Amino acid sequence: MEDKKLLLDIQDLSIHYVVESGTVHAVEHLNLSLAPGENLGFVGETGAGKTTTALGIMGLVPNPPGKVVNGKILFEGEDLLKKTEEQMRSIRGGKIAMIFQDPMTSLNPVITVDKQIAEMVLLHNNVTEQQALERAEEMLELVGIKRERARDFPHQFSGGMKQRVVIAIALACNPTLLIADEPTTALDVTIQAQVLELMHELRRKINTSLIMITHDLGIVAEMCDKVAIMYAGKVVEYAPTEALFNHPGHPYTEGLFNSIPDLDSDEEELKVIQGLMPDPTNLPSGCTFHPRCPYAVEACSKDVPPMVEIEPGHFVACPVRGKPYLHLGK
Amino acid sequence: MFKYIARRILFLLPVLVGVSFIVFSLLYITPGDPARMVLGDQATEEAVQEFRNKEGLNDPFLVQYGRYVYKAIQGDIGRSYMTRRPVSDEILSAFPSTIKLAALSMVIAILLGIPFGIISAIRQYSLFDSVTMIFAMVGLSMPVFWLGILLILFFSVQLRWLPSSGFDSLAAMILPSITLAAQSVAIVTRMTRSSMLEVVRQDYIRTARAKGQKESVVIWRHALGNALIPVVTVVGLQFGHLLGGAVLTESIFSIPGVGRLMVEAIKMRDYPLVQGGVLYIAIAFSLVNLLVDLVYAWVDPRIKAQYK
Amino acid sequence: MNEHTEKNIGQSQHGLKEIFKRLSRAPLAMIGLAIVVVLVFTAVFAGFIAPYGYAEQDLMAAFEEPSGAHLFGTDEFGRDIFSRIIYGSRISLQVGFIAVGIAVFAGGFLGAIAGYYGGKADNLIMRAMDVLLSIPSILLAIAIAASLGPGLFNLMIAVGISSTPNYARIVRGSVLSIRNQEFVEAAKAVGSSDLRIILKHIIPNCLAPIIVQATLGVAIAILTAAGLSFIGLGIQPPIPEWGAMLSGGREYIRDYAYMTVFPGLAIMITILALNFLGDGLRDALDPKLKR
Repeated sequence: MEDKKLLLDIQDLSIHYVVESGTVHAVEHLNLSLAPGENLGFVGETGAGKTTTALGIMGLVPNPPGKVVNGKILFEGEDLLKKTEEQMRSIRGGKIAMIFQDPMTSLNPVITVDKQIAEMVLLHNNVTEQQALERAEEMLELVGIKRERARDFPHQFSGGMKQRVVIAIALACNPTLLIADEPTTALDVTIQAQVLELMHELRRKINTSLIMITHDLGIVAEMCDKVAIMYAGKVVEYAPTEALFNHPGHPYTEGLFNSIPDLDSDEEELKVIQGLMPDPTNLPSGCTFHPRCPYAVEACSKDVPPMVEIEPGHFVACPVRGKPYLHLGK
Repeated sequence: MFKYIARRILFLLPVLVGVSFIVFSLLYITPGDPARMVLGDQATEEAVQEFRNKEGLNDPFLVQYGRYVYKAIQGDIGRSYMTRRPVSDEILSAFPSTIKLAALSMVIAILLGIPFGIISAIRQYSLFDSVTMIFAMVGLSMPVFWLGILLILFFSVQLRWLPSSGFDSLAAMILPSITLAAQSVAIVTRMTRSSMLEVVRQDYIRTARAKGQKESVVIWRHALGNALIPVVTVVGLQFGHLLGGAVLTESIFSIPGVGRLMVEAIKMRDYPLVQGGVLYIAIAFSLVNLLVDLVYAWVDPRIKAQYK
Repeated sequence: MNEHTEKNIGQSQHGLKEIFKRLSRAPLAMIGLAIVVVLVFTAVFAGFIAPYGYAEQDLMAAFEEPSGAHLFGTDEFGRDIFSRIIYGSRISLQVGFIAVGIAVFAGGFLGAIAGYYGGKADNLIMRAMDVLLSIPSILLAIAIAASLGPGLFNLMIAVGISSTPNYARIVRGSVLSIRNQEFVEAAKAVGSSDLRIILKHIIPNCLAPIIVQATLGVAIAILTAAGLSFIGLGIQPPIPEWGAMLSGGREYIRDYAYMTVFPGLAIMITILALNFLGDGLRDALDPKLKR
């Protein structure tokens, strides 16, 4: 989609889970790309397939029941899906690191935090254990935790502090790409801001690219250069943050914006998106959003809409709503 | 930590008082007159009455219990009707065999149960897993005394490889230990497996994988440490079952332990000896549980923190 | 008030229905259930099924190997072992179910009081249960059985009391988790009596874990009872009890192994069936443990 050499280029990725009640199409023909140094916001409802995509990049889709059935994940030009498990291990944590959603459960309860950070350092650097522990303490300081607490166990930290430890682990080896999976959802609002601020700052220091998985458009506005909106396993809109906020293209994106309470507006009620997420074992035909879409026409239930560039760098997978902006792009 | 141990030992006292109360009450309601038991059927009514007065058997229940506790603290929990020797002496001379048997079985249960449980969990739904789980289920359902008899039948009577009784040589210890351990092996295996399955699904295991850690290290370092915490509890409880099961096992293999002593005593209606055995085993069990709790606190920092 | 009660009971029945639906998908549990049903049938109709009476001696036919006339052979008195095992199922099932019944009732009562009232009552009851738990259950059963003397009824009581603490704990735990839920608060608010709340609201809601524990408990009770009989503390001859039969056959193990093999097999199959059923029930109850 772009000329710049891409850091990450996901092409036509499909990941399915085979469960008792059927096959869950968690990720379906997904395309996504990220240039070096870029920050991508990855937005969608719970169950849209954001985490599965991230796990796919990490090569950690639980198998069984999950399986990557199709596609390529090009990272620095090489397909991660073709790597051996051993090659993936050196990429995991080393070049691509991930921060998980729930800090309360993401740390091993019986190992002290410095050792949990040092483990990451030892795996990807040629250092002694002593040096790794030293690095761990540096990392703790970097995320705002005193050195003296290095030998504490996770249960001795609060939620926000735990997430700082998780961030310290993820950044310990200066990854090229950091995937943060709703890193603040499980935290109190006041703590959320602190953690986001910390991530923002560290990202700049270490100069890593970021995929920020979230359902909070506010976080995206604050932290990201680009946004991908995901719905039912697919990216339905992909745009520079400003363009997306100025003129959202896809009806689903519009729905997301409408469901944010607006203090300035006089309207009494929130406009919520009608209906529910489709059953992932039985997705609607054509555009998966059409049963909930206020603009749907007959064709929407038949053909899968292609991504259309409605302005430079702004892609929308909706022929109906995409059209009004067509003249802007071409 | 020291304070924790001290407190735990202090907690032990009311439990022991409770156990002694149960044991004494059971002795008290047991039909038959202890005086008659000791003196025999030929004794005159006067002699019986004199004995009852001397031993305080005519006193109210609580007075008798108080005296029992008072004496028990000094190590006197009555005399055997059969041998007239102090119950404590009888039991203490038999205790080493029982402890040895239970400990040996415990070791077998741990050495077999934990590895089998881990491998089953790692290879869930594999042939190994299925076979292990079927064996565990059979082991769980096998009556101790029947297993003992079958083993004797096969290894002693048919093959003549191992002795069918006694406990004085290593060869003689094999069959009784396996017999007694079978159920515990099954329980420890099942517990380890389910605990392991629970743990490998935890987020911190995913974190370890996301670091690029080798699967073997993820399992052995990250999963096992957490998975074994509940297993420790089960192992501790198993020791109680083993002490109980020893009663049957000793009787099958004619091992001169507390269990066989108790069974003999039951047959001879020698109740002080039966109740004394219960008391001693309850004490041993409580001490082992204390030990288990200490191990528990040692492996789980979250619990250790509570008692610092 | 009525509405609440019905809703509440409806809830738990719905839960049970769901559990049985899941249970029916577990083959081992269904095998277990089938065996248990057959056993109950055998016990009830033992008189019709057994070819001989359980005490019918025929000294001329003592120590006969298994044959067409005596499926499992005969014992030292010439009694038909197959018939004795059939009749023995009566004893084992009776002991198993009634002992567990005693334990569920006593433990449930104590646990409900401890959990519902909390405070001193809770402390007193649960410390007493701790004391009972500090004696290995088979030993406690031995001690009680020794004091009460032999006999079926005493055996049931001994086994029942020795497993009471387990149920007290389970019920207390369930009650604690249910006590503060809204429908209980609502019942309290409209002035229902404590007894009514416990019986109508709390007990139905902790039924599921009790059923699982009770199923596994019957297996343990049968094993314990057989163990007590094995060491001469349970049922007295000539009543056929599997553990006692095993014990009797021991003397002749060198020459007539079948005398111990068949009663043992009967115990094991019964226990195995109950364990399969109990395991299946537990998985059905807690589906998150199964993937």
